[in-house]
Amino acid sequence: MLPFQLIIRSLSKAYGEMSVWQDLNLTLDSGCVYCLMGASGIGKTTLFRILLGLEQPDHGSFSLEPSPGYGLTAVFQENRLCESFTPIDNVRLAAGKILSRRQIAEELCRLLPSESLTRPVSTLSGGMKRRVAIVRSLLAPSCGILMDEPFTGLDDATRQQVIDYVKEKTAGRLLIVATHQEEDVDSLGGVLLRPFDGSSPSGNSGRPSLSAPSGSSGRPSF
Amino acid sequence: MFQAFSFRKIGIFLFWTALWQILAELIHNSIVLVGPCDVLLALGSLLPTPGFWLSVGSSFGKISLGFLAAFLCGVTAGSLAYRFPLFREFLEPMVLLMKSVPVAAFVILALIWIGSGNLSVLISFLVVFPILYVNTLTGLKSTDRKLLEMAQVFSVPLAERIRCIYLPALLPHLIGGCRIALGMSWKSGIAAEVIGVPSHTIGEKLYMSKIYLSTADLFAWTIVIIAVSALFEKLFLMLLERGVRLCFRFSL
Repeated sequence: MLPFQLIIRSLSKAYGEMSVWQDLNLTLDSGCVYCLMGASGIGKTTLFRILLGLEQPDHGSFSLEPSPGYGLTAVFQENRLCESFTPIDNVRLAAGKILSRRQIAEELCRLLPSESLTRPVSTLSGGMKRRVAIVRSLLAPSCGILMDEPFTGLDDATRQQVIDYVKEKTAGRLLIVATHQEEDVDSLGGVLLRPFDGSSPSGNSGRPSLSAPSGSSGRPSF
Repeated sequence: MFQAFSFRKIGIFLFWTALWQILAELIHNSIVLVGPCDVLLALGSLLPTPGFWLSVGSSFGKISLGFLAAFLCGVTAGSLAYRFPLFREFLEPMVLLMKSVPVAAFVILALIWIGSGNLSVLISFLVVFPILYVNTLTGLKSTDRKLLEMAQVFSVPLAERIRCIYLPALLPHLIGGCRIALGMSWKSGIAAEVIGVPSHTIGEKLYMSKIYLSTADLFAWTIVIIAVSALFEKLFLMLLERGVRLCFRFSL
């Protein structure tokens, strides 16, 4: 895949009267890891939803240049797995016919115990489900992956294992991780982004703000 | 634990049967109430006759045919109505009509239109169709939007979306709907036969037991209806679950 850029031009989004963020400009390079930080409710998830085409921005646009031929995939804030199917089935759903069942099983085995691969997802623990969702996003064909708080529910040892796997699999692609933990920036070797500070709708656009906009709890979740 | 439970069940069953027998002895009138022994005797004399099997077979065939046709049409129409809102609005008056018109009125109308021969096919269809249509629509509407978004992001093909997202959402509603519809199709189908009196059917035999005031035959036939209906329900639900499980396992 040729190097490309994700260019976001003066993107704005509001729900009714309440503005999420205004005039967001970003240029992100493929092959890099970006850690998106900011208080809860500041609009990280909304930005992801727009980039994934699940919501329309009010103003502005974004594009992948030059077009890499693939779209973006994601680890959602929730796992969003088909509960009555096995982890292999779930990954296969997203990866299509590019990978055989055996290849998928081998990849899943790197993060999950092999006995868990043939059980329905509903019988797995929260952390295991999270890892299935992460593997799914990485094995599906894409030019970039958006991860919304991907490491929640993972203990420290597993977390490092997952981070190493993510770094290996995203080489050459674009990775944006929304996170609350500063240490993720270091362990992912990422670039820290705080694009929402300053454009927060509370009016204090002069200084960086970490406070969530008031009334943000009613916003749809990712 | 399980044994104690089933012993208790048998005990309770025996208690009510004994009460029934005592009541029948006290009333001592075979038209008003017959005891369980007389019913069993009546059933025993029915079973070896070829007419019995002909009636059961014919009623069973017709009612199941109506049910299966309504099942296919109901699920198809429900899916189309979910996909095309205009189709749903278009169909709504028809479904409302089928749901609200009493079965007896349909039976009279059907007698005029198609006669008594295939009466129970039509009636069981008319009763079952709206139930399965509504349940299919409700089931599909209960599909998790978040999973559909996931499928959109990962460009999951439609066949796989149906198998992994729509079908698991639809299934509980479909099974619930079938449970209700199976019982309803039998009750309404037999009721139609009693009104229309088509020859060689269970309904005709019930009608005859009314003519001859043969309460023992009435009870015996009732037991037969319950047994066949329960058997059909078990069989159909088993086949449905098998089919769906096969669908779950089959990967494209």
